[in-house]
Amino acid sequence: MPMNTQGRPTRIADNIATGGYAETTSGSKGLEQSEALIYERGSVEQCGVDLPEPKGTATRLGGLERKSELGMPGLSEPETMRHYVRLSRKNYAIDLGLYPLGSCTMKHNPRLNEKMARLPGFADVHPMQPASTVQGAYAVIGELAHWLMTLCGMSGVAMSPKAGAHGEFCGMMAIRAKLDADGQSHRRRVLVPESAHGTNPATAVQCGFTVDEIPADETGRVDMEAFKAKLGDDVAGIMLTNPNTCGLFERDIREIADLIHEAGGYFYCDGANFNAIVGRVRPGDLGVDAMHINLHKTFSTPHGGGGPGSGPTVLSDALAPFAPVPYVVLKDKHWELVEHEADAEGQPFGRMAAFHGQMGMFTRALTYMMSHGSDGLKQVAEDAVLNANYIQARLKHVMTPAFDGICMHEALFDDRFLKDTGVTTLDFAKAMIDEGYHPMTMYFPLVVHGAMLIEPTETESKSGLDRFIDTLEALSLAAKAGEVERFQAAPVHAPTKRLDETKAARQPVLRWTAPAAEEPIAAE
Amino acid sequence: MRYLPHTDTDRKAMLEAIGVASIDDLFTDVPEAARLDGLIDLPTKQGELQVERAMAAMSNQNVSASSVPFFVGAGAYKHHIPATVDHLIQRSEFLTAYTPYQPEISQGTLQTLFEFQTQVAQLTGMDVANASMYDGSTACAEAVMMAARVTKRDKAVMAGTVHPHYVEASKTLAKYSSVSIEVTEPELDSLDKVIAAIDENTACVVVQTPDIFGQLHDLREISRIAHEKGALVIAAFTEVVALGLTEAPGAMGADIAVGEGQSIGVGLNFGGPYVGLFACKDDRRFIRQMPGRLAGETVDADGRRGFVLTLSTREQHIRRDKATSNICTNSGLCALAFTIHMTLLGEKGFRQMAQLSHENACALADALDAVEGVDVVNDAFFNEFAVRLPGNAADIVEKLAKVGVLGGVPASRLYPGQFEDILLVAATEVNTQADIEIFAKALGGVL
Repeated sequence: MPMNTQGRPTRIADNIATGGYAETTSGSKGLEQSEALIYERGSVEQCGVDLPEPKGTATRLGGLERKSELGMPGLSEPETMRHYVRLSRKNYAIDLGLYPLGSCTMKHNPRLNEKMARLPGFADVHPMQPASTVQGAYAVIGELAHWLMTLCGMSGVAMSPKAGAHGEFCGMMAIRAKLDADGQSHRRRVLVPESAHGTNPATAVQCGFTVDEIPADETGRVDMEAFKAKLGDDVAGIMLTNPNTCGLFERDIREIADLIHEAGGYFYCDGANFNAIVGRVRPGDLGVDAMHINLHKTFSTPHGGGGPGSGPTVLSDALAPFAPVPYVVLKDKHWELVEHEADAEGQPFGRMAAFHGQMGMFTRALTYMMSHGSDGLKQVAEDAVLNANYIQARLKHVMTPAFDGICMHEALFDDRFLKDTGVTTLDFAKAMIDEGYHPMTMYFPLVVHGAMLIEPTETESKSGLDRFIDTLEALSLAAKAGEVERFQAAPVHAPTKRLDETKAARQPVLRWTAPAAEEPIAAE
Repeated sequence: MRYLPHTDTDRKAMLEAIGVASIDDLFTDVPEAARLDGLIDLPTKQGELQVERAMAAMSNQNVSASSVPFFVGAGAYKHHIPATVDHLIQRSEFLTAYTPYQPEISQGTLQTLFEFQTQVAQLTGMDVANASMYDGSTACAEAVMMAARVTKRDKAVMAGTVHPHYVEASKTLAKYSSVSIEVTEPELDSLDKVIAAIDENTACVVVQTPDIFGQLHDLREISRIAHEKGALVIAAFTEVVALGLTEAPGAMGADIAVGEGQSIGVGLNFGGPYVGLFACKDDRRFIRQMPGRLAGETVDADGRRGFVLTLSTREQHIRRDKATSNICTNSGLCALAFTIHMTLLGEKGFRQMAQLSHENACALADALDAVEGVDVVNDAFFNEFAVRLPGNAADIVEKLAKVGVLGGVPASRLYPGQFEDILLVAATEVNTQADIEIFAKALGGVL
């Protein structure tokens, strides 16, 4: 089918030949609007903002005026609005439906949080204003720190990490600094379960450690014998997610903590799955030394299509003195900011980023916590775990849970139920798109074949879960009934069909460039 | 609790379906010693109204930038953001989506990221850009590590006039790697000491323009010398609006450009979230070593154009301990805000905003220079500059705050024990002539 440069068919007649009016002349289909790039719509003369006319005289640029071209098109305000609204409609979102992406905790994002984050005293203050003009902003940081330390049963918290992986970096840097301070610099080996998030080994290496993988046992948890065999004088610590990435609570966690401590190492807990236990279990009671908390998971700050996040990191007595700068302290009812290592009481390992952390996420998370309170947060964990177990219980007759027994906030299935159907985990996930659902996390954790990790979160209703379960049941039965083509073609009801990821990687096109010349449409 | 849909009847029915008697039966894997009996010692749930009151009380203790004459910069700038931006980023489909792992139902985010990457490349005069970093400081730190991987060298030279937070963030990231960072003495009017520090082992040299004192630098000479010695040039910036009026890093020979995009679309937010911009030259060696997400163009099964996250083999979720960075979640929504604001401005509006900021800064410099005992230090600047005061700048800033003027950042807050008489001041298109006069008068009054 001849296409124009924007990938639209150039002639309706060809569409008839290939199956009627499946295609349209405009490229749009009813409410589903086709939308080109701004580079194909706007122009460098167009502007959607009315600014005063500059005088055009003053210049103290020292001869460094921009001479190179920019080439950025603009759009008027109505065109801009339409462009991005149209694009937005090509996205799935929590507000549209269940988003069961395991490990990501896609829960409802309350709009009160958005409203509070936009109060001028939070959104419109500069990080370097004099302390006397930002006492309320420091108070938010201090108050949120208090909630996080109390919920975790830990004595310290570093507030500046900007996302989960940045929090991991914070915790592992604190461990490294502590080991160095104690003359234990030879400890370089970090134990990481095979099932860990990829950020864990990447972070350990970033802190100068080497990674030693621990296998899982047949129940999906740390293989204790293998773990014990790996302990030694060169072990710096363990990075363990709990509940783990199989959605299971590590039953031996106290023993793991005791053994790693006895061996002279520290226990880093990946807090990505804190939602399963918040308000019910304090990580400090499990022997954890450091744990990041994804405010954009457990505490509902929106994911925004890939961030921003926020990863405050709680620290034990042993590690708290090594927390990075800056941090706030309350002295005589006045909040102060400690910005420099020389002014700190402890031995900070450094500074992680400019300024004081993700304030916009702090206000949202604190609003969420105050709304729930200790009782509501406990209910969050309970309903999250209840929902995952309900899904697992109701689907185990058609799908194959990876492990027996009770799970925590995520239900993990493998692909045994698809054996000999010709349908893969990927096909099954894409078929869910046609049914109006975002797929679950797939092929993760790596320890399970064809993994499908489902995390419903606590903000899904029972009736919503029932519809989801009915859909997965029907899909499972369809796969087993041999409807393989349907799965392999999926999705057909999404804004695009399956995208060629191999082509994208082999011939990377990472930006728009002006076409050399418009190709005329060949006449017949 | 208003966010939790289950009734007790629902919960009971679900427990029955699972085959357990109570919710406690779902938590039996938790060691007994760690099971809490009651509630954690924190306040219990509250309605919207009560929470709003508590949060507003804290907000009201702060002096917001729009409420006073405001001249604070040093890495974050107050610009006007059109109402359209905040409306669009609150569209549910953008706000409540995850990282676009399923491209067929994430084309909105992916196409926007492709537009963002193109805009950042154009602004910096580079060939490619990634889909954002946490902020300018962490983008800078990642660039240093990338340069070391590309050149297989271990020494980085950073100019002492790079924002000290950027230097500190880079040192932290490099702390336990093989990379050592040498920071030169801050020099206001030349790059001589930076140039002198480059040798045959240098992986990269990091220079900021406009620098932390607002001084503009021509990077052409340092680029030539660095390249002769096989080192890469990393150009940092904290004020992206400067690129509307001053020469692009790519046009002055830089290999990697990193900086803060907060001025466009994002706002002050007391320091975060912001959006780190990361761009580089189109060189296979570079692109395969870039940190962070990349959106790329491809086609779907029907041959239609679409976008996907690509070159993931650089990243932690595939590469694990051999990844180029551990970054996962970045600044997606801030990148969207940046792109929408930039689309509204277009080249015309962006250049106009830059010119207005510069003109206001020139007017401010004249007004402050006229105050007795106050001297403007810079000879070339964009919208921020340093003034030398006849006294301690930190004390003077406090005095100004008491009379209702937020008059800049004392340099000693960034360089403890140094530059105690230096004040960093910034102007943008939001400042009025009246604000400038009030500031100059207030400064004269508190000296």
